[in-house]
Amino acid sequence: MTGPAVGTTKHEHPIEAVPLRHPGRWVAVAVLAVLAAMLVHTVLTNEGFRWDVVGRYLFSTPILNGLANTLLLTVLSMVIGVVGGIGLAVMRLSPNPVLTGAAAVYIWLFRGTPLIAQLLFWNYLSALYPRLGLGIPFGPVFVSADVNSLITPFAACLLGLGLNEAAYMAEIVRGGLQSVDRGQSEAAGALGLSRVQALRRVVLPQAMRVIIPPTGNETISMLKTTSLVVVIGYFELLTSAQRIYSTNFQTIPLLIVAAAWYLALTSVLSVGQGFIERKYGRGFDPTPSAGARMFFLRRNPEQAA
Amino acid sequence: MTEPMVEALDIYKSFGSVEVLRGINLTVMPGEVACVIGPSGSGKSTFLRCVNHLETIDAGRMRVEGDLIGYRESGGKLYELRESEVAHQRRDIGMVFQRFNLFPHMTAAENVMEAPRTVRRESKTKARERAVALLERVGLVEKCDSYPAQLSGGQQQRVAIARALAMEPKLMLFDEPTSALDPELVGEVLDVMRGLARDGMTMIVVTHEMGFAREVGDTLVFMDEGRIVEAGNPRDVLTNPREERTKAFLSKVL
Repeated sequence: MTGPAVGTTKHEHPIEAVPLRHPGRWVAVAVLAVLAAMLVHTVLTNEGFRWDVVGRYLFSTPILNGLANTLLLTVLSMVIGVVGGIGLAVMRLSPNPVLTGAAAVYIWLFRGTPLIAQLLFWNYLSALYPRLGLGIPFGPVFVSADVNSLITPFAACLLGLGLNEAAYMAEIVRGGLQSVDRGQSEAAGALGLSRVQALRRVVLPQAMRVIIPPTGNETISMLKTTSLVVVIGYFELLTSAQRIYSTNFQTIPLLIVAAAWYLALTSVLSVGQGFIERKYGRGFDPTPSAGARMFFLRRNPEQAA
Repeated sequence: MTEPMVEALDIYKSFGSVEVLRGINLTVMPGEVACVIGPSGSGKSTFLRCVNHLETIDAGRMRVEGDLIGYRESGGKLYELRESEVAHQRRDIGMVFQRFNLFPHMTAAENVMEAPRTVRRESKTKARERAVALLERVGLVEKCDSYPAQLSGGQQQRVAIARALAMEPKLMLFDEPTSALDPELVGEVLDVMRGLARDGMTMIVVTHEMGFAREVGDTLVFMDEGRIVEAGNPRDVLTNPREERTKAFLSKVL
């Protein structure tokens, strides 16, 4: 089944040419090597970095508490964003003009106003609506609660980040769904699958290939956007670092501590994204075994050498 | 008298201001193979898509085994069927597309298993067993675990036929099944279709394969500009066309 392996067959007229020289590349490599050496040197020798302080605070309780909040806010906001985004995207693509319009207005409103303003709005909702109740519209109210106790700062963060994210995710999911050929849902329909079954079994799994890379972007972006919750007095990783350096004035070392954690989390997310991409790349990647390699090594392996 | 498998009565269909079907009348009996030919834009594919309600019709009545497709008639009024009822009607009608439309994220066997598993809630073992048998019938049993991208066009179309057969349809619709294939791959797909016809499957085949129509077809239908110009025994229509337009068309394609 396999043909003769490349390189083992004897050809009559082999190509044994002198390889093309690339002097420009060598110059670039030399320049970059010098710059890298300078960077390493200054990072190690400049006292201002205070690596001892970085080491002392990297795993300190306030930083780890902030980190936990960053993670919690990111995960929950993205869950709200993805679920809401799928719902909005399906609404936008529905044949019902009322649903399409409602989704369009939502996206227009939440993408068109600053996230900080939205966070503040949810936090000060009690100024507009002191009490929130459940009942018949324009009729009696059965249960009601004080908005101040209902919408804690944490809830306001989730509402602000999650509902804003849903608007962006809606457009990403819509793009993914529209990238799947119409023949796919027709074939599913002709087999007797309902529209929901066709969406779940046939269209969505294929749309995921297109949806996942920008969703990875959104998640990484959300990781850092959570630091905006400082405007409503909540705290996370960056706020924790700021609180510490505002008392001990070790600004740079504590910013390095926060940056190191952000980088670590982003790296973990990138690897996770690689795994999910491979799962949904099923049937599209002509050489599945190549997927076993780390995703960032996969591009142009011959150039990596 | 046996009931017709398909009964199209005065079917009209427009896309915007373009009238694509202008009064199609066609009856296909059980076990019959009807081949539909005609120039592009004549409405033959649209007609086929009306049979399983992939396109809604503007006027006329489409019946499969006596049941109105897409609607319910009661008290002289028509009621649109619910989506689940349309899906139910489609289970008995298999369809094969010009561009195969296999599900690229599933293997050949998973493609064939999809409808039995999702629609009929068959067990995985049973569905797999039948999928393997169906792929054997189209000569692809060794390709069970290949993805569509790893198959040639002819192989993909044969998997698509097996997928349509998985729901045990009473009627098969073929929408130019060989038009997207390289010439040397056409034969293997036509062979499978020939086998189906021999086994007594009722088929409506939109095609450009005159040889297949002559050999396998019981009826040949020539369509032009949304109307059936001529229909009859394939040999008669192909060798002694009555209508001028049929003659003109055949002189170009034969």
